[in-house]
Amino acid sequence: MTRMHRRPAMRARTGGHIDRDTTLTFRFDGRELTGHPGDTLASALLAHGVRIVGRSFKYHRPRGIYTAGPEEPNALAGIGTGARRTPNTKMTAAELYQGMVAESQNRWPSLRFDALAVNSALARFLPAGFYYKTFMWPASFWEKVYEPAIRRAAGLGRAATEPDPDHYEAAHAHCDVLVVGAGAAGLAAARAAGESGARVILAEQDFLLGGGLLADPVHEGWRREMTAALEALGNVVRMPRTTVFGYYEQNMLGAIERVADHLPEPPPHTARQRYWTIRAREVVLATGADERLIAFPGNDRPGVMLAGAARAYANRFGVLAGRRAVLFTNNDAAYATVEALAAAGADRVTVVDTRPLGPAAAAARTRGVEVLPGHEVVGAHGGRGLYSVEARARGGDGGFQIDADLLCVSGGYNPAIHLASQSRTPLAWDSGIAAFVPGTAAGQRSAGAARGRFGIAAAARDGMEAGGAAAAAAGFARRPAFELPAGGADPDLTVAPFWEVTARGKSFVDLQHDVTTADIRLAHREGYEHIEHAKRYTTHGMATDQGKTGGLVGAAVLAEARGLPVEAVGMPTFRPYVTPITWGAVAGHHIRREFAPIRRTQLHDWHVRRGAEFLEAGLWLRPAFYPRPGEAPWDAILREGAAVRRSVGICDVSTLGKIDLQGADAAFFLDRLYMNTFSTLAVGRARYGLMLREDGMVFDDGTTTRLADDHFFITTTTANAGRVMEHMEFHAQTVWPELDVQFTSVTDQWAAMSVAGPNARRTLAKVVAGLDLDNAAFPFMGVADATLAGCPVRVFRISFSGELAFEVATPAGYAAIVWEAILEAGREFAIEPYGVEALGLLRIEKGHVAGAELNGQTTAADVGLERMAKKKGDFVGKALAGRPGLTDPARPRLVGVRAVAPDQQIRPGAHLLEAGSDRSLGWLASVTKSVEPGGWIGLALLSGGAARHGQRLQASFPLHGESVEVEICSPHFVDPENARVRA
Amino acid sequence: MHLITCPWCGPRDEAEFAYRGDATVARPAADAGIDAFYDYVYTRANPRGWHTEWWHHAAGCHQFVKVVRHTLTHAIAATGKPTDTLPVPAE
Ligand SMILES: [Zn+2]
Repeated sequence: MTRMHRRPAMRARTGGHIDRDTTLTFRFDGRELTGHPGDTLASALLAHGVRIVGRSFKYHRPRGIYTAGPEEPNALAGIGTGARRTPNTKMTAAELYQGMVAESQNRWPSLRFDALAVNSALARFLPAGFYYKTFMWPASFWEKVYEPAIRRAAGLGRAATEPDPDHYEAAHAHCDVLVVGAGAAGLAAARAAGESGARVILAEQDFLLGGGLLADPVHEGWRREMTAALEALGNVVRMPRTTVFGYYEQNMLGAIERVADHLPEPPPHTARQRYWTIRAREVVLATGADERLIAFPGNDRPGVMLAGAARAYANRFGVLAGRRAVLFTNNDAAYATVEALAAAGADRVTVVDTRPLGPAAAAARTRGVEVLPGHEVVGAHGGRGLYSVEARARGGDGGFQIDADLLCVSGGYNPAIHLASQSRTPLAWDSGIAAFVPGTAAGQRSAGAARGRFGIAAAARDGMEAGGAAAAAAGFARRPAFELPAGGADPDLTVAPFWEVTARGKSFVDLQHDVTTADIRLAHREGYEHIEHAKRYTTHGMATDQGKTGGLVGAAVLAEARGLPVEAVGMPTFRPYVTPITWGAVAGHHIRREFAPIRRTQLHDWHVRRGAEFLEAGLWLRPAFYPRPGEAPWDAILREGAAVRRSVGICDVSTLGKIDLQGADAAFFLDRLYMNTFSTLAVGRARYGLMLREDGMVFDDGTTTRLADDHFFITTTTANAGRVMEHMEFHAQTVWPELDVQFTSVTDQWAAMSVAGPNARRTLAKVVAGLDLDNAAFPFMGVADATLAGCPVRVFRISFSGELAFEVATPAGYAAIVWEAILEAGREFAIEPYGVEALGLLRIEKGHVAGAELNGQTTAADVGLERMAKKKGDFVGKALAGRPGLTDPARPRLVGVRAVAPDQQIRPGAHLLEAGSDRSLGWLASVTKSVEPGGWIGLALLSGGAARHGQRLQASFPLHGESVEVEICSPHFVDPENARVRA
Repeated sequence: MHLITCPWCGPRDEAEFAYRGDATVARPAADAGIDAFYDYVYTRANPRGWHTEWWHHAAGCHQFVKVVRHTLTHAIAATGKPTDTLPVPAE
């Protein structure tokens, strides 16, 4: 910034909203260039006379800067380097900063020579619908030929491949009046609403407030006065660099605030962007208007630009977009560009006006401007830049050349109705301006150019009224008073529509997706005549610019082909996002480890120290097994399982869902929720329960303990804890609100550990105080309070493994003390901690069902638990469990499976077939290597069930080409008489 | 995104709620038979217009909120407690 730089050739000495005292250096395609604060990348490039800034998507035609705002179709760049490179950034909206590194896109190897420009020569073979037609046949070509070719050629820009180093925030805001857009209408609306006392948010996508005023030196005084007045109002929040991208129900709008995109990188601890969710009582849409293009051959050449853009570059940035300009217009407003170019030092401007000589043209002539009324442009010539424009009398033959390096085009203005349309506000055709305008809806109004009130004074007046009305609707009656802009009459903006010049050559209606008028007509001929079909067939309006400059022109071409007025054809539905937004902003902080919360048990640190391998169970991290150094996973799992079968093991089961239930009707409530009975359960006893869904399928299982007549303690599976809670709440609050029940989740309040194995009692007896663990005093399914190592515990004599077992629960804070004390007590019995894998091994050996069997598609009878159903009384799922389909005796039932060759692995999901048959009789739900029976065993659901015990079937897994011989047996591989748990 | 007024918590963002479907169906009596329960579980009107439905304030007070919502416009006419009878607008 300290070096002296020469003034770029196309930069005026004075004027505009740039700070010439500061010079910024930046790189474009490796070339070092300069600009000033206040520049966009586009204005700085134009100041240096850069004409080609990209290649088009399909034909790789050279393209230049076309607009001066976010509606830009051509000038897309990758900005930033390495992990911070952002593709598809609109140069026309990218605020220049010191050191910016920008790269043009869609060209290889360089902008000036592009290898894929051969597509342009092949254009007649790349019509609309090309992708759909060409790549259909032969099918065998798809993977090897077509897809790689498409992948090389398709896509805009390249995303960074490294992780995004920046962070993004989500924020919420509420206001009385949200004003979207800070042009003349938006400034007036915000001030009117603000002075009434309403809380106002003024969101503007640009980095400066003013909109069209920024290209209008005549009203600069008023703009400054308005921005100063807004700054002084404490109840008005101005949000520049904030794009409102979506309008959702109940006046909720989404916006992206680009907090640090105008800096080389975000300052420390600052988000790059902020994703705003704004809820507003009233919304004023002052989103302005987009100038529309005219379709004529060569309307995509570098050097062709919308008239308003050329004016903005001259007046806002002090940049002359060309020295010898032609203006092609069908309206008076575009004549302001003639003045702007002349003032910025253009050598000559020639006006090609489609209309007969009118007042604006006559006035221009008196100032010495050459005007060709009743003419049209039929060609723009040049390769990498424009050197001549071909014009002719309208509809005439032949044509003549006008030497030119800039062609400014104006086909009129479309109100920017995207947000209004998203909110389902009705749109109406305004024939005066040949465009759709939005109506009003509850809590919403459009103002200024966004509803066709063009011109600074008219827009400001409309904005002031809309802002006052919005504030009044939000309950702020005070009427504001401030000066509206004086000086400069508003131009007459009524237009006779002029969409297209019919002449030979490619006339583009969508520059970014290379859609021509011929493509639209082809779509119509091939039957895609609805606007939504034509859009998808041609991809017209589907690019990142959403067809803001050519969308209506394409609709008009389609309308002409159909013989209908354009308003009858209409526009395709507008949807979010109005302009593209960064994925990072959508994701916010919900990335990587913060994608979802992690739940850790109280004993997590102990598991880590012990070297546990963890697995995710829902949000929980649970120890899978605890490998010793060098030990293979299965060796560890079998060692842990064997310890439980032979002596004693301990397992952290704190993740089980736990619900404390109280109330006079608690027992009755449980009888309704579970298929078995709890009202008969004695205090101090636990019972296994099975819960159905109302459709008759098994929902969840677990043990429930009666602590007092009106007090129960429920456990659920880890996976279903939240769902069971919601199920109970639904029934307590909406189905049986008359019941006196209260319940709350206590999952996190209690730590729980299972102590299992023949030596479980001997282990616990050493450390449990205040409770006789003897079988007679504390039988199977008994529950009692005690102390352990001085800590309060509740001991449950329940078993999942099939061994003598106790579950010890303690208030969460005592977990580590209790756990360590039990380990110490079990040391003489070689106690082993065991993880979820051994837990699964043990329960499969025992034949206990779990999530793989209770998968939402199985009934109680399917898993062999039908006898639990109570005979009397209602319960959830009772009626529909009796449906014929669910009581069909041919349904697959729970069986055990063992590999005939014990070392032969079997897989969950394998289908069970008779040898030589391909008819599935059932499937394997859970498998494990086993300790007690030895070899691979599993639990399966098999049609015929117990009748097939002893049969040999094939466990077939076609994905792996596997078929393993298995023998069907009882699911109870261990202690079928249930003697051990009662020992 | 809806703004749903929870009778206990006040206006809250839709993100705090879980949808739980039609609030106009009532669980039949225990002896009503399979067909009645079949309708209770599966048969829904799917109206285009006003609909009374359950929203569970799952990330809030854990209460079920009765909501009268327009399925086309997403307008919300009324919210209330489970035992409230809410007026449904004519159209
Ligand atoms: Zn609530």
